[in-house]
Amino acid sequence: MMAATAQQQQTATTVMTNVEAVRTTLHDALARDDRVLIMGEDVGARGNVFLITKGFLEEFGPQRVVDTPLAEASIVGVAIGMAMEGLRPIAEIQFADFIYPAFNQIVGEAAKTRYRSNGDYTCPLVIRTPYGGGVRGALSHSVSIEALFYHVPGLTILAPSTPADVKGLLNAAIECPDPVLFLEHKKTYRSVKGEVPGGYYTIPIGKADVKKAGTQVSVVSYGYNLHQALDAANRLEGEGVSVEVIDLRSIRPMDKTTILDSVRKTRKLLIVHEDNKFGGIGAEISAMVAEEALFELDAPIRRLAGPDVPAMGYAHPLEEEFMISTDEMAEAMKALAKY
Amino acid sequence: MAKTTATRGRELDRAGLSDEQLVAMLRNMLLQRQLDNRGFQLNRQGKIPFALGSEGHEAVQAGAATAFRRGADVLVPYYRDLGLALGVGMTPFEILSSLFARVTDRSGGRQFPNHYTNHDLGVLSISSIIAGHCTHAVGVAAAFKYRGETGRAVIVSNGEGATSQGEWHESVNFAAVHCLPIVFLVQNNEWAISTPQDMQMKVANVADKAPGYGIPGAVCDGFSPIAAYKAVHEALERARGGSGPTIVEAKCYRFLSHSTDDDDRTYRSRDVIEERRKLDPVPRFEQVLIEAGVIDEARAKALKADVLRETNEATDAAEAQPYPTAESLYTNVVAADYRPWQEFQQ
Repeated sequence: MMAATAQQQQTATTVMTNVEAVRTTLHDALARDDRVLIMGEDVGARGNVFLITKGFLEEFGPQRVVDTPLAEASIVGVAIGMAMEGLRPIAEIQFADFIYPAFNQIVGEAAKTRYRSNGDYTCPLVIRTPYGGGVRGALSHSVSIEALFYHVPGLTILAPSTPADVKGLLNAAIECPDPVLFLEHKKTYRSVKGEVPGGYYTIPIGKADVKKAGTQVSVVSYGYNLHQALDAANRLEGEGVSVEVIDLRSIRPMDKTTILDSVRKTRKLLIVHEDNKFGGIGAEISAMVAEEALFELDAPIRRLAGPDVPAMGYAHPLEEEFMISTDEMAEAMKALAKY
Repeated sequence: MAKTTATRGRELDRAGLSDEQLVAMLRNMLLQRQLDNRGFQLNRQGKIPFALGSEGHEAVQAGAATAFRRGADVLVPYYRDLGLALGVGMTPFEILSSLFARVTDRSGGRQFPNHYTNHDLGVLSISSIIAGHCTHAVGVAAAFKYRGETGRAVIVSNGEGATSQGEWHESVNFAAVHCLPIVFLVQNNEWAISTPQDMQMKVANVADKAPGYGIPGAVCDGFSPIAAYKAVHEALERARGGSGPTIVEAKCYRFLSHSTDDDDRTYRSRDVIEERRKLDPVPRFEQVLIEAGVIDEARAKALKADVLRETNEATDAAEAQPYPTAESLYTNVVAADYRPWQEFQQ
């Protein structure tokens, strides 16, 4: 519908951080579509704790940038009702760690609205939330939550890692006819910069992206870890180890094709995620590859993931111990290449 | 100012309701009673796995539904709202299709009985998670306000047990803060399965909680459809006019077990129920209308015969429908045209 202008603007790319990509995409969504509104704790006058919505209240007014009472279940629940009534709410959970009170609303209600009514009602809702550690956030400002929601049919989970992907996938999430959990890694908010095309565009949900091509090992990752994996892979390039790095981007639906194509080429698979290992995203990817391509592998599937402890501690050594280092990733890649 | 047609007997405070509306309320109540009986009969006959009755709630629901403005208002019911569902336009055939879990059920035989959905009539789909639906109701009311649709309001309904839930509190608080067009209708039947009201709350009335939210609360006689109509109508008018939410508590009673799977003899005595049955709102309202001269005995008899016929016809028609196909289990997980999920998730 806006092809001509979009194409003109596409030529003008801007370098921005992940947090700026979230901000500009939300801003443009509000400007573009009257049905879109943002609701959450401190999104109004404060402009969100990361200043993502700063200035939105003044520009779009309190009906479209809604400061809610401090109660996560109703932030999501009220947004569900709005979505069922035809609006396109974007609900914010201030930190992913605070999403637990809304668990029923996401799992029991949003993800089942279309199914239980057999399509009589739908729930086109986006729930955005910053997640992840490495920011001295301690137990309740550092968690990864994706695996807890991964099991739920009907719920789309996105976790882009670069500004261009943030914009394209956030636009896709807002267009999506079903509920989307949109995860933004806090440590990448200001540490990751990249070129972002101008104009409106979407990136297809369910498509992973090969961020670096390689021949000897396939690495599947997302979030902050993705950037570390790229660093490690680039470092190993000089040592003659060729690593392919796949950015999952879309946690669910999972892009089986891209993963399998890569694994069939390299015959080695390493999965890296910050969320803890047991029952995590890596477990499902491993099982999928084992089911589909076991005899095309030349080495056991390897998972590097957060340890199975409840959370990372506040003290620096506790956080450091929890987070996966780039060195560990490089070691795992080398070991697999040699296997 | 209420008109009365008291041709004999006592005067009726009819709250502005016409004869036609009063008779429609009675018919709704008789139909509720008949369909409730039918559900329990079909369960005992082994024809359906489960049924839930609203006996004792007929009056409040007939009254509240009469205040509902079709085509404008939205109803967010709970699982004991047969009379509200009928009162806003759902048919006995729909109800029985749900009981029999047939393909003609709007949820395609997915939902537990009494978990209605009807987008065309403005009946929101609900789950069984108590008070989860209250937040959705607030969202619908917020959408009305967002779009500037004055003259529309939401009725969200639940029992007194639901008011113990955090989400009920969050819903009332959210609606109060944002001054949303919604009525929180609490049908206080004194029992949440086996747990009595005094184990749910320290206050005598749910409506007593309203001042804590800075909104009005009203208690009405849930055994009188006219009293319930009046209270809900006033609250809806307030909401439609932009003055925000109200808690309306209707005092009623649960005459039956919680469901066909519950045996209430394990936690309450027959004597108490028999005592409360003396105030049964269905024969009582029939008597009220006869005494006020709105109907006569013959009309009352004809109404009962008519709802029995309608229930029988709907039972036969619904039972004759096929089950949903096994393949239908897989549809409507996400939108049919949501290609990524369909392509990547087999």
